Amino acid sequence: MFRKILIANRGEIALRIIQACRELGIRTVAVYSTADRDSLHVTYADEEVCIGPPPSSQSYLNISSVISAAEITGAEAVHPGYGFLAENASFAEALEECRIGWIGPQAKSIRLMGDKSKARQTALEAGVPVVPGTTEPITAVDEAKRMAAEVGYPVILKAAAGGGGRGMRIVQDESQFESQLETASEEAERAFGDGAVYLEKYLVEPRHIEFQILGDRFGRVVHLGERECSIQRRHQKLIEEAPSPALSGDLRQRMGEAAVRLAQYVGYQNAGTVEFLLDQDGSFFFMEMNTRIQVEHPVTEVVTGLDLVKLQLKIAAGEPLEVGEGITARGHAIECRINAEHPETLTPSPGKITTFHPPGGPGVRVDTHAYEHYVIPPHYDSLIGKLIVHGADRQEAMVRMERALDFFVIEGVHTSIALQRQIIQDPRFRSGEFSTRFMERFRMIPAEAVAQGA
Amino acid sequence: MLTFEQIKELIDIVCQKGLQGLEVERSDFRLRIDGRAAPRVPVGQELVPSADAGASEANPMESAENEAGAVETGLLQATGDGVHTITSPIVGTFYASPSPEADPYVQIGDEVKKGQVLCIVEAMKLMNEIESDSDGTIIQIIGRDAQPVEFGEPLFVIQPA
Repeated sequence: MFRKILIANRGEIALRIIQACRELGIRTVAVYSTADRDSLHVTYADEEVCIGPPPSSQSYLNISSVISAAEITGAEAVHPGYGFLAENASFAEALEECRIGWIGPQAKSIRLMGDKSKARQTALEAGVPVVPGTTEPITAVDEAKRMAAEVGYPVILKAAAGGGGRGMRIVQDESQFESQLETASEEAERAFGDGAVYLEKYLVEPRHIEFQILGDRFGRVVHLGERECSIQRRHQKLIEEAPSPALSGDLRQRMGEAAVRLAQYVGYQNAGTVEFLLDQDGSFFFMEMNTRIQVEHPVTEVVTGLDLVKLQLKIAAGEPLEVGEGITARGHAIECRINAEHPETLTPSPGKITTFHPPGGPGVRVDTHAYEHYVIPPHYDSLIGKLIVHGADRQEAMVRMERALDFFVIEGVHTSIALQRQIIQDPRFRSGEFSTRFMERFRMIPAEAVAQGA
Repeated sequence: MLTFEQIKELIDIVCQKGLQGLEVERSDFRLRIDGRAAPRVPVGQELVPSADAGASEANPMESAENEAGAVETGLLQATGDGVHTITSPIVGTFYASPSPEADPYVQIGDEVKKGQVLCIVEAMKLMNEIESDSDGTIIQIIGRDAQPVEFGEPLFVIQPA
């Protein structure tokens, strides 16, 4: 087992990793920007190194600073957490050249899955279903029309050079196809300087279902079940849960097997997540693979009783995976990401937390680096903590989450708590019948109206 | 791997001889022992070396060693405005001279020009030359040879011309 590792991250995940290390007897090195001097991860690490000024590019994303910090402290390996350098294959390779270990998958896996079209191709090769469509940009209209008919309407036309939801047009039926294709191509040309357009089946009401994967150095790969992550706003997850209310035992088995098959096909090591889109008719398609530990990992930990970060460390240290086959979820878990932002406008809300009292009691877990009088710096993302509850079933978990949100006191900054409180009460959420379009339709009741008993 | 007794001996040598540090590396392990650091006297305060400098929680044994350390780094009385600290812009290891056999880049009292190299901070096998940000006189050398430095770590105190 490692004797000392460096955590190349900040905030709640850095603290999470430090806690796992403490329990394994591993000494920890924290790195921090000047804006994070008073951060809890710095306080609790055994050693700390200031690596730069506030901007991430000059601190947490600064590869040479991070590696230097590992060298001067004699850290044997680096845990990158999530975000920042976690999926930077060059960073993983640079560490290898410096003979410093990496708590994560091999650089080649990061590189492969980071290229979205290569990942899709790899999934196909591994026999994992992908969203049907073209793999090359459309050149002949008739050919494309044929493909669209084969794939089945509605289809979505996507700009090859686009992204972030831009440069997409939905085509409902064949009569619209040619005109939409022309418009899409023109728009793409004007917006991105490249008129190339792809075609994919458009899933009207998909659910985002992801499977937690663990692989060791001996070729063993297991999955630890799924997480339901459809409650998202602008591709940012707000609430996650496990297991998914949408999965039958049979569907879970097939999706789990597909996830493991993909991971085994690429020889995946350490923790990872395979994301699927689940269509209303029960068909599922590979979307992408995340080659890191994820924000919402506690949801899986709570229903399986496993410590994923400790398992990451053990795998990286060369231990074989001792997790049993066919892990099933015990009870139901829900997580709310607590963001320091205005619940309605989403404007970030940095600043001083004047009162901070997290909830406790049965089945409640809080992962946070925040504390009373902590000043949230404005330079980084707004996630200040995660509230996770565990119940015997989904009903109990929802009631428990309502109670826990009510008992979570954070004053001095705006938080997403009021928003999540309303989502948990929403009939569509409670029914378990929702898709990734849930937040499009959800309307938050403004705080004043709630206070007046509207 | 060294035995406990051997490590204890090395620690004794470092302390008794007042070494800044000692590093032993073999194929299967690396051992570093850091000697006591001299106190960092903040600029603007009384610049006379004393046993109490910067060691409010020091015990008597520490004070004696601190005094030795403070004399080693040395100080000159600051006189004018604009006295400021040059800090490390990167993470790495501080070296006072261009190579182990060479003389240090600067000594206390040296007059330096803006852009003149004051020291090296080595990071990932690259020797980064740290330059003076102004013309002036070096009145304190805080960086200690072969010691790790972090971003923002004080290295020199300079009084601009």
